[in-house]
Amino acid sequence: MSTAHSQPHADDGAHGSLASYTIGFLLSLALTGLSFGAVMSGAVPHAMILPAIVGLAVVQLLVQLVLFLHLGSAPSQRGNSVIFLLTAALIAILVSGSLWVMHNANLNMMPMQMSAEHAMAHE
Amino acid sequence: MLGKLTLDAVPWHEPIIMGTGAVVALGGLAVLAALTYFRLWGPLWRDWITSVDHKKIGVMYIVLALVMLLRGFADAIMMRLQQAFAANDAAGFLPPHHYDQIFTAHGVIMIFFVATPLILGLMNVIVPLQIGARDVAFPFVNSLSFWLSAFGAVLVMASMWIGDFAATGWVAYPPLSELGYSPTTGVDYYIWSLQISGLGTTLTGINFIVTILRMRAPGMRLMQMPVFTWTALITNILIVAVFPVLTATLALLTADRYLGMHFFTNELGGNAMMYINLIWVWGHPEVYILILPAFGAFSEIVPTFSGKPLFGYKSMVYATSSIGVLSFFVWLHHFFTMGSGANVNAFFGIMTSIISIPTGVKLFNWLFTMFRGRIRYHTSVLWTVGFMVTFAVGGMTGVLLAVPGADFVLHNSLFLVAHFHNVIIGGVVFGCLAGISFWFPKVFGFTLNEFWGKVSFWCWLVGYWLAFTPLYLLGFKGMTRRMNHYDHADWHPYLIVALIGAVIIGMGILSLLIQFYVSIRDREQNRDLTGDPWDARSLEWGTASPAPFYNFAVLPEISSVEQHWADKESGRNLIQPTRYEDIHMPRNTGTGFIISAFGFVLCFAMVWHMWAIAGVSLLGVIGTFLFRAYDRDVDYWVPAAEVEAIENARYALLKKAA
Repeated sequence: MSTAHSQPHADDGAHGSLASYTIGFLLSLALTGLSFGAVMSGAVPHAMILPAIVGLAVVQLLVQLVLFLHLGSAPSQRGNSVIFLLTAALIAILVSGSLWVMHNANLNMMPMQMSAEHAMAHE
Repeated sequence: MLGKLTLDAVPWHEPIIMGTGAVVALGGLAVLAALTYFRLWGPLWRDWITSVDHKKIGVMYIVLALVMLLRGFADAIMMRLQQAFAANDAAGFLPPHHYDQIFTAHGVIMIFFVATPLILGLMNVIVPLQIGARDVAFPFVNSLSFWLSAFGAVLVMASMWIGDFAATGWVAYPPLSELGYSPTTGVDYYIWSLQISGLGTTLTGINFIVTILRMRAPGMRLMQMPVFTWTALITNILIVAVFPVLTATLALLTADRYLGMHFFTNELGGNAMMYINLIWVWGHPEVYILILPAFGAFSEIVPTFSGKPLFGYKSMVYATSSIGVLSFFVWLHHFFTMGSGANVNAFFGIMTSIISIPTGVKLFNWLFTMFRGRIRYHTSVLWTVGFMVTFAVGGMTGVLLAVPGADFVLHNSLFLVAHFHNVIIGGVVFGCLAGISFWFPKVFGFTLNEFWGKVSFWCWLVGYWLAFTPLYLLGFKGMTRRMNHYDHADWHPYLIVALIGAVIIGMGILSLLIQFYVSIRDREQNRDLTGDPWDARSLEWGTASPAPFYNFAVLPEISSVEQHWADKESGRNLIQPTRYEDIHMPRNTGTGFIISAFGFVLCFAMVWHMWAIAGVSLLGVIGTFLFRAYDRDVDYWVPAAEVEAIENARYALLKKAA
């Protein structure tokens, strides 16, 4: 919209360089390759496949946030970084809180024969 | 074509509804006739419906809230009448299905279409003025937000005469709100009216965060923002964080009802408890969304009328922020009894009690601001003092309910009903009415009548205590909420006292309307020539009353939290700038209204399963939006000469007043 024109715009600088985009691209390719490898090569034990690809996905997320979306501690990006961290924290609170609440409700409410001892044994 | 909608959907045999319908229809016809007779359709469209001016949008929000307050209050008085009659052998005058719709509609309307628009209206009017901005960051989106909310309200009202409304209580817990137990369109009206108005609220949240973070006047650091703007910032962060949760939760319920899914059903793996968990993830921060701007309004009123700077500005900011953070850790206290066990309940109970600490800090800050101040008992100060007394009691009963053991006794009782009315009426309503009487001259250029304002305050205060103290006591006696009928003769006298209290609140609302009428009638005697009728302190009082459409002819340089007070000390407020520049302003647009009108048809069609009409109106929404997106003619320049003429007139008035 238009009314901001009469006021100074903050300079959103930090658009990255060819080098940082190339490094990000190569890292993303490598991490994606590793994820496929973890599933397809058979070198990773079956039980570890899921944790491995989740871990690699999180690393890739961070790579892309820092190198492509330029989140970081640079002064021009501090606002965006803070907002991102706040959002991540809120989602973590709400998701983990909901899981905790529902898990405990499940433990306490699901048995057909309820007793105080039974509930306490699960706490 | 018309889906489930037939002529039978109109409740012809319900005299109360049809009588109300006749009155509303006649009133509506009278308004339409008056608009035509006085040739006001053009001005209405040009100056209001298409306006993107934040002050006018704010006024429309508040008008919407006051109109819906009348509907919500009518529901309240009907419930009080029913309970005052329906003791022992008497059945009262409301059959259970109608009564259930009334208590649901009362809650939905009061929260979504009274309290929320009041808060959004005050923020719209004041925030850009307080930070020295010309408008909000996205003026078109602001207009769209308002009209989405307004059409949400229209949808709720339509449910009264076409079909029915939800009979589930205001948070529509499944499995009751599932298709099996609520087969009529009531819950669908509930879902779609909240979705359309919730979209508007979310957009407002984004709009104001950007406005406050990006459009402050040059030199204004975050810690130099007035406290009302701070509370608005935190409120809007909460809106953006939690309204998507409400949208998603209602979308899942919609999938259950429309697509035969089983997110919250009893069978096939559904879990109704997840709905309860999710709705309160939104629901608890929502009450802070409502109360924080009210705290902000008090924080502006108290220093102004005490003649002192606000005590503990920084602690006020930190208290507001910590309330914002803590509000995400307490949602389970709405369902302690659901069965999550002692550890979970203890955690959420303790977090709930902790929230009372920053709230207490605020209360002491206001008291210390008043301490040894030269207090003027303007109506807004009466509302503030009434708030401090009433809200303190509501806070204490809240801390009592935060103890899980006590909650097991009191949950779902009238004690709970009394508690949340205590904090919402004593906090949000008093705060907004205080804010309206405080900021009214800034928008309209004349002050409100003091006598009728004080009558209104005393009616509300006395009425509140008479209406809800009996409910606290009845809660202790074990009376549950939402009862259509009861067999305990000893409850009867309490409910009659509660009815008397509700009637006195009704007189308070009537006095408020009389106050507006009398003030408009006598506006010439009460003109505010200086732009600063209360000898106030923050930036919004540094411009004219009514504020010109561009707010500030020259954007102010900020060096103080109380910029206007500092300007008055140095005499800078009386010095006219020597030259003006062209001002860049957004152009009015009707697209926000048109998109919302299509959105209304879409939601109404979804309620009644009219798929073809829903599809066409969805295309209308998207098409209008695309039209707007490609429209390049969205702004214009106000020539410096025009600004200078307006400002010369203003400084001439200032000289005359001085």
